[in-house]
Amino acid sequence: MTTLRKMVAVELKLFLREPITVVFALALPLITLFVLGGVFGNIPDAEFGGDGPMDFYTPAYIGLVLASIGVVSLPAHLAGSRERGVLRRFRASWVPAIVVIGAEVVVSLLIAAVSGVVLVACALLLYDVNPPESALLLIPAFVLGALAFSAMGVMLGSLIPTARAAQAAGMLLWFVMLFLGGAGPPPGVLTGVLQALHHAVPLTYVVRLLQGPWLGDGWGCADAGIVAAWGVAAGLLATRWFRWE
Amino acid sequence: MGAVVTVEYLRKAYGPVVAVDDVSFAVEEGEIFGLLGPNGAGKTTTVECLQGLRRADSGTLRVLGLDPQTQGRELRGRVGSQLQESALPDRIRVWEALDLFGSLTPGAADWRLLLEQWGLAGKRKASFASLSGGQRQRLFVALALVNEPQVVFLDEMTTGLDPAARRVAWELVEAIRSRGTTVVLVTHFMDEAERLCDRLVIVDHGRVVAAGRPQELIDLHAPQVLVRFTSGTDDLDFLYRVPGVEAVTRRGDRVEVAGTGPVLALVAAALVERGIVPSDLRAARASLEEVFLRLTSRPPGEEAA
Repeated sequence: MTTLRKMVAVELKLFLREPITVVFALALPLITLFVLGGVFGNIPDAEFGGDGPMDFYTPAYIGLVLASIGVVSLPAHLAGSRERGVLRRFRASWVPAIVVIGAEVVVSLLIAAVSGVVLVACALLLYDVNPPESALLLIPAFVLGALAFSAMGVMLGSLIPTARAAQAAGMLLWFVMLFLGGAGPPPGVLTGVLQALHHAVPLTYVVRLLQGPWLGDGWGCADAGIVAAWGVAAGLLATRWFRWE
Repeated sequence: MGAVVTVEYLRKAYGPVVAVDDVSFAVEEGEIFGLLGPNGAGKTTTVECLQGLRRADSGTLRVLGLDPQTQGRELRGRVGSQLQESALPDRIRVWEALDLFGSLTPGAADWRLLLEQWGLAGKRKASFASLSGGQRQRLFVALALVNEPQVVFLDEMTTGLDPAARRVAWELVEAIRSRGTTVVLVTHFMDEAERLCDRLVIVDHGRVVAAGRPQELIDLHAPQVLVRFTSGTDDLDFLYRVPGVEAVTRRGDRVEVAGTGPVLALVAAALVERGIVPSDLRAARASLEEVFLRLTSRPPGEEAA
């Protein structure tokens, strides 16, 4: 337990000492918010189910933050640690795998939480977004989404051999999710193959799960089930594929 | 006390490449035991199996009475290791690494003392990326010792260190042993092995080709004495008639006589008898290096696996 605590502290410090990753985690969702907020404003619109566009997008961007950690930051960090022999060093001292992975997940959750709070604060202050209808349900939605994406991050980081490859694959996945996962064009305008892909990307369900409590549609049991299911599947694959070197 | 590390008939292949073919040895408590061999001989694979980092294909391994393949968890905290080809995150600071690794074993050594001992006190707040090769090596050794292990594996510990730092490292290895910690030293430096090891095995092509104390191995495999002196005399053939002399070679004025037994005294007598009185007459014993070269020589063109 002490080791996990120290590992989390060290990983957090390492994260903060890496300016690019900090910018990526905190600024990218904000930039997206500013751009789309500037384009759409927050006048209620039928395209967004009668909600204001920014009411619709703010919870979606929280999902985007989770996705950026799960498919870009975490896999690249894990693959890089393995590639450079850091994991080998940990293993030689019998650092349990659970400490290495657990620290990654805890740090990801913390970063996601800070990033999410900053994002929501900006949305509320700058775009006059309506506050969440049910903040209480938003928290479990956030935690479930964050855990599922963390599991996916560990899975990808275990599967992809190098940090470079993980970064490239992660960016690709992230953009696909950005455009098709409900955080880009409103799902209603997607047709044919795009609509099918919309239903295939994990982010779609995390976004819906977050939008439910925010927009007053309540807890999406089906969405929660789907997110939990692929989270568990990713977690199981991650434990299978995890390698120290 | 008994053996703290035993290896019996270890074999490990990576696909078609046999890294370790047949290696057996036992390390006694409190000694510095050397694992010597050319690059690719299977030394590192052997210690990696002993640390539970690799699964042996066959053979029996015991470290402190435990099987590292299945009881790694119990060995944690009792074994330390400094690994080749490992690293730390670039931006981690020296003290953070020691603090983190030290936390794995409750009641571990005070890492501040280790910083002093390994000459890293001034680098306490330096990031891993900013350390020189030698400083990184010393940090890794310090990390290996932070849990106060009973056995420590040091793999190519002095690679990348300058001569002065090597000597400091040797003294520290002796200091580790004098605290009662058993040391398994993997090296390809013969002077290091000769200076430090109580006993050693020489491994080549995944097999043990010699085992014993350094002096025993020298006596057995390279018993020659080399007598060297400087002389302008052309005709030195009379030296071949001296008992024990096997070869006389000269480069310019410098002469080297190789032989066994009391050749120094006999050569000296023969020289004096002819009125040759070199002021620099001296004898050198063969070193572990000659033993090593003799035992591990490969046919030309054959590369290490």
